[in-house]
Amino acid sequence: MQARKKYVLLGLCMCCWLLLYYWGGLQERLLGLITHRRGEVARPWPNWLDRDLLPGYADQAELQNAGGPGDSPRQRRQSWAGIYKDSRCRMDTCFDFARCQGQSGFRVYIYPPEKGERVSESYRKILTSVAESRYFTSDPREACLFVLGIDTLDRDQLSMQFVPNMDERIRGYPLWNDGRNHVIFNLYSGTWPNYTEDLGFNVGQAILAKASLNTEHFRPGFDISIPLFSKEHPQKGGERGWLVRNTVPPRRKYLLMFKGKRYLTGIGSDTRNALHHIHNGKDIVSLTTCRHGKDWEKHKDARCDHDNQEYERFDYQELLHNSTFCLVPRGRRLGSFRFLESLQAACIPVLLSNGWELPFSDVIQWNQAVIEGDERLLLQVPSTVRAVDITRVLALRQRTQMLWEAYFSSVDKIVLTTLEIIKDRVYSHISRNKFMWNALPGGLLVLPEYSTHLAHYPFYYLNLGISPGQEFTAVIHATSPLVSQSQPIMKLLQVVSKSKYCSQIIILWNSEKPEQSTIETEAVLSLDEDTVLLTSEINFAFHVWRSFPERIVGYPPRSHFWDPVKKAWGYTSKWTNEYSIVLTGAAFYHRYYHHLFSHYLPSSLRALVDRTSNCEDILINFLVSSVTHLPPIKVAQRKQYKEMPTLQGTKMAPWANPEHFTQRQECVNTFASWFGYMPLVHSQFRLDPVLFKDHVSVLRKRYKDLERV
Amino acid sequence: MVLIMCASVKYGSRGPALIPRMKTKHRIYYITLFSVVLLGLIATGIFQFWPHSIESSAEWSLDRRSVHDAPLVRIPMSSPISERGDLSCRMHTCFDVYRCGYNPKNKIKVYIYPLQRFVDEVGVPISSTGLSREYNDLLSAISDSDFYSDDVSRACLFIPSIDVLNQNSLRIRETAQALAMLPRWDKGTNHLLFNMLPGGPPDYNTALDVPRDRALLAGGGFSTWTYRQGYDVSIPVYSPLSAEVDLPERQPGPRRYFILSSQTAIHREYRVELERLKEENGEALLLLDKCSNLSQGLASVRNRCYKGQVYDYPQILQESSFCVVLRGARLGQATLSDVLQAGCVPVIMADSYILPFSEVLDWKRASVVIPEEKLPEMYTILKSIPHRQVEEMQRQARWFWEAYFSSMKAIGMTTLQIINDRIYPYAARTYEEWNNPPVVKWTSVNSPLFLPLIPPRSPGFTAVVLTYDRIESLFRVITEISKVPSLAKLLVVWNNQNKSPPEESLWPKVAVPLKVLRTKENKLSNRFFPFDEIETEAVLAIDDDIIMLTSDELQFGYEVWREFPDRLVGYPGRLHLWDHEMGKWKYESEWTNEVSMVLTGAAFYHKYFNYLYTYKMPGDIKNWVDAHMNCEDIAMNFLVANITGKAPIKVTPRKKFKCPECTAIDGLSLDQTHMVERSECINKFASVFGTMPLKVVEHRADPVLYKDDFPEKLKSFPNIGSL
Repeated sequence: MQARKKYVLLGLCMCCWLLLYYWGGLQERLLGLITHRRGEVARPWPNWLDRDLLPGYADQAELQNAGGPGDSPRQRRQSWAGIYKDSRCRMDTCFDFARCQGQSGFRVYIYPPEKGERVSESYRKILTSVAESRYFTSDPREACLFVLGIDTLDRDQLSMQFVPNMDERIRGYPLWNDGRNHVIFNLYSGTWPNYTEDLGFNVGQAILAKASLNTEHFRPGFDISIPLFSKEHPQKGGERGWLVRNTVPPRRKYLLMFKGKRYLTGIGSDTRNALHHIHNGKDIVSLTTCRHGKDWEKHKDARCDHDNQEYERFDYQELLHNSTFCLVPRGRRLGSFRFLESLQAACIPVLLSNGWELPFSDVIQWNQAVIEGDERLLLQVPSTVRAVDITRVLALRQRTQMLWEAYFSSVDKIVLTTLEIIKDRVYSHISRNKFMWNALPGGLLVLPEYSTHLAHYPFYYLNLGISPGQEFTAVIHATSPLVSQSQPIMKLLQVVSKSKYCSQIIILWNSEKPEQSTIETEAVLSLDEDTVLLTSEINFAFHVWRSFPERIVGYPPRSHFWDPVKKAWGYTSKWTNEYSIVLTGAAFYHRYYHHLFSHYLPSSLRALVDRTSNCEDILINFLVSSVTHLPPIKVAQRKQYKEMPTLQGTKMAPWANPEHFTQRQECVNTFASWFGYMPLVHSQFRLDPVLFKDHVSVLRKRYKDLERV
Repeated sequence: MVLIMCASVKYGSRGPALIPRMKTKHRIYYITLFSVVLLGLIATGIFQFWPHSIESSAEWSLDRRSVHDAPLVRIPMSSPISERGDLSCRMHTCFDVYRCGYNPKNKIKVYIYPLQRFVDEVGVPISSTGLSREYNDLLSAISDSDFYSDDVSRACLFIPSIDVLNQNSLRIRETAQALAMLPRWDKGTNHLLFNMLPGGPPDYNTALDVPRDRALLAGGGFSTWTYRQGYDVSIPVYSPLSAEVDLPERQPGPRRYFILSSQTAIHREYRVELERLKEENGEALLLLDKCSNLSQGLASVRNRCYKGQVYDYPQILQESSFCVVLRGARLGQATLSDVLQAGCVPVIMADSYILPFSEVLDWKRASVVIPEEKLPEMYTILKSIPHRQVEEMQRQARWFWEAYFSSMKAIGMTTLQIINDRIYPYAARTYEEWNNPPVVKWTSVNSPLFLPLIPPRSPGFTAVVLTYDRIESLFRVITEISKVPSLAKLLVVWNNQNKSPPEESLWPKVAVPLKVLRTKENKLSNRFFPFDEIETEAVLAIDDDIIMLTSDELQFGYEVWREFPDRLVGYPGRLHLWDHEMGKWKYESEWTNEVSMVLTGAAFYHKYFNYLYTYKMPGDIKNWVDAHMNCEDIAMNFLVANITGKAPIKVTPRKKFKCPECTAIDGLSLDQTHMVERSECINKFASVFGTMPLKVVEHRADPVLYKDDFPEKLKSFPNIGSL
């Protein structure tokens, strides 16, 4: 019995233990379920047992065959041209590339204006930009692209500038050819109430360069979206961006602002009628007014009076200056003036314009400069912009400025960007890549005919993580015939060739132009035949240039100034505490500037330089400063360049001639007017060797020669 | 499992110890009972503990499943069919953005439908292959990623498990019906389909023919007329060869052949053109075709022939600089993937083709796109590309393959990232992030202050004086600095917690606001804190013993800083040198001809760098500096040089930077141990940064007329360099 009891007890104990075991296990399982679930994400796509046995999606032979060779390419091309027309136009089907393959290359022709034709201010500026561009031709036979003489900017039937009978008039053009190779500029299309994309005439196969383009009607790779600009928009030059410094923290007084019309009805009112919801009167100022249009009081609602009052309290310009972000909602049309306004004001645009194909979207990476909002998510906008961190605000803000100055600040830039985009498509294998379009100094200053390789340009070294080459090419400009061994040029040749960084020397007689291909190094040392330099001066300047490859690094400085009496720019060669020009009688610069000089600048300026054999150095300083927005760099020099009497004493140096000087004065003004602004920038320092004229033993100094008198 | 085994062993050993005292009859009975209990115990134990390792029993059953166990769904004949794809769809019209919502991580949530096997009414499956290996890989990768969510109600994007990668294996109508049967289909809104081989004979449409309504399509081989820009995603045609063949990365450079054509299905017209090019240019071109005399099968896939000579494919691609990728009946070609893998620059001739991921990838840097019509000019066009650019393109091609083509996972993740970037554009990846290979990302710099600005002189600068208790010297510094015309404000960072700063009345009278900031701890990094009191962007950091700088020198320093607002502009310069004997970096403060650092005992810099120093300093550098009470200036030099890629600017001639009265303390900086410690700092920081960011230059900035033969009183900054 005892034993049995014992075993029953034992059995019971076992049962209890078993129960506990079960319970414990369950508990543990539950615990596991709770904790593990939280820790890791469940992985529901199963790890199939037979995953290795699954068939491939296509067999290798099929993949390599890719459906076989297909139909005859020639036939395909022909049939495409028939199918993909009008709204389905692409460069492949609606553009005649053959017109651009001629000797003259990319040329643009403008139809002559008809008698009595009235052209709006803005269109006149567009035509002027084309006519003054380096692509203009007056011969339609060599043209690759055609621009209409008829003003097509405003196609709103209710507008004063509306030109009727467009279809008829265009059909009168013998070269119209259903719009092939034509580009049509347009700012406004459609009218109240729907504001459609229709231009009111058949554009056929012409490329549309149009503001407020909708993504659905936009023919990708064919049309070009341009920004809406006002008739006051400057022809050239243009105001600089408003950002003068990068303040930290970058937040301005207001976080987000909007001041504009509220549409109570009609297209665009969905968004415009909701904007007041995000107004908080503190850091977010969103002001709307009902007071617009003739019969606004008819549609007036309960908000109007209060809103109108609030609206008057704030000044738009003041808000623009003091806001970090600016709302750019759609108006009746998708684009609005405030887009360019906020871009210039470095007020980061927050777009609320669904379906808007952004200006030059082909080439510009807008997400690095604006916040692309969604009209449907208006109420999320405040939290979205609040979450943007300071580094990103700084970056976005600087990018607005970069884009403004590169592509938008003048009608010239807008038109030229349009032309360059088309040109890049026509010659696609010698075109700019996205990086060139989006990095400083912008695509217009990058000429792909020079090179398509980034490392060949002076601006991209840091972005690519490389440094400029270790050698330079000396280019000596000589005029006097070689008669004796003691001529200055012989001395110069000796000095230059002694530099360990010199890889080649090119002598150009009588203002020959150097051929681009002959210069093998990135750095060019430009010299006049009578320049007096030391090898160590050259070496030092070359070292400095390698730190500033995008600038001109030279020795003798000059300066420009504004003469308030003459109301003109002045030029001085006097010793001053600041300079804005270094003479290229002895200067290092990147060889790309040679190319830019002869291909970017208009022939009129180059002709002026050639005619006077003067001012070339000033012009290149203008050019480089307009690219960099920075002054040139002056380096230490042993004694004053050229400012002692020449040894021969017979030939009068040209710089000593007073006429020569007034000519230079005139040059400065001519150049400034072509650029549309004064690109030259002053600098107050020069760069010397680290131990220059320090009180240490000369033996320690690497450039001791510079201190000798 | 292991745990249970131990437990049972334990029981086993306890049992027999009790058994011998029992009667035989009972013994047998109990042994049997015991064994049964024990077995039951083990069984339940296994049952209890097994699911532990895989979370839940439901998943357990899933995970042990075969694809053929997926539930069968019969499609009724009359089941509705979706509309054809809507060509006008864009994100703002067809995509329901409310499903994605605002989320702080800016990441979309993606749901994958569980696998079902769809069959028609008579039981014939809708697809001849069913789930393919590639699509399975793709879905696994997505379900493993952060995009994945199993919560269907909170998902932003839905991915059907119906495999439509290859249209050839699909029954179009039934597939469309199957799609329309998905529980959340809703006209295909926010659904994403992956398709690599669209269209079918004879006309090969360039987008999937399955009616799909508003669904987004990630398709291989879109043409410009079927691709809905900003809505669809153009993806590559995956090449399964890449998983089979290992093509090691090659150094970019010239290769044996200049142009290689390795495709087998080239239209006769084009083959004639290519042969003509070959005749003209000879050895530079290699024109391969399929091998006619070899047996069919895999061998023919991996071989190419030219005049009877056999070449290995895709290895041969590595022997050429440029590889031709011509369109076939389809625009998207798997060859493109092989070519990129081989680091060969693709020459793409397929008019109207939307290149893979063209929304974010800059193909001009990795390929040459030539209109088909210009095939005869191919050689000339390619010859005009500079060698260095070809090398860069080779590197870029290989990187594109590695990052975006190499696996179904890469393709899937890239697609989702692109869609994610559209939904959260303000958090989108940048051009550089998409396009720069790691090597370039590592060496290139994208300065946060990249815009070339020369800020106006007017707001001036804020001087931040770090002090501990050298009051007399501090007051002299303050008096000296206050003479500088552009000084806007003086901040004294009082780093001594044991002592209060002197009373207000004792401080020197200065014209600008003077503020004393008491710190909580005596840390060197306090001097670089981005105090709200600093309202100018220019900061002059200055030690309390730098009394020898003249007002002209300081003003000139500020003027130079205005021209270099993204650099450190300072007075005493220092250099780092590589010590060949020791094999490490060395700090140098002697009179050298070069400079790579400026001391922040007296230096101008942008306030943004204060922010970076305080919040973005890599590794433990900040703590190291505070612990060692040294090298904060070296750390700042590293930081600025690393982020801008530029050298500091030393201004004005060298001076004796020692105050005559405080020899005892300042002798420290000449102390040998001090120098050793600073060398150590350089080595430590270089290892934290993973590189040596400091740049060495041979120049310093002086006023234009410095030491020139010119009347001193006409110079802007006459009092410079006096000792």
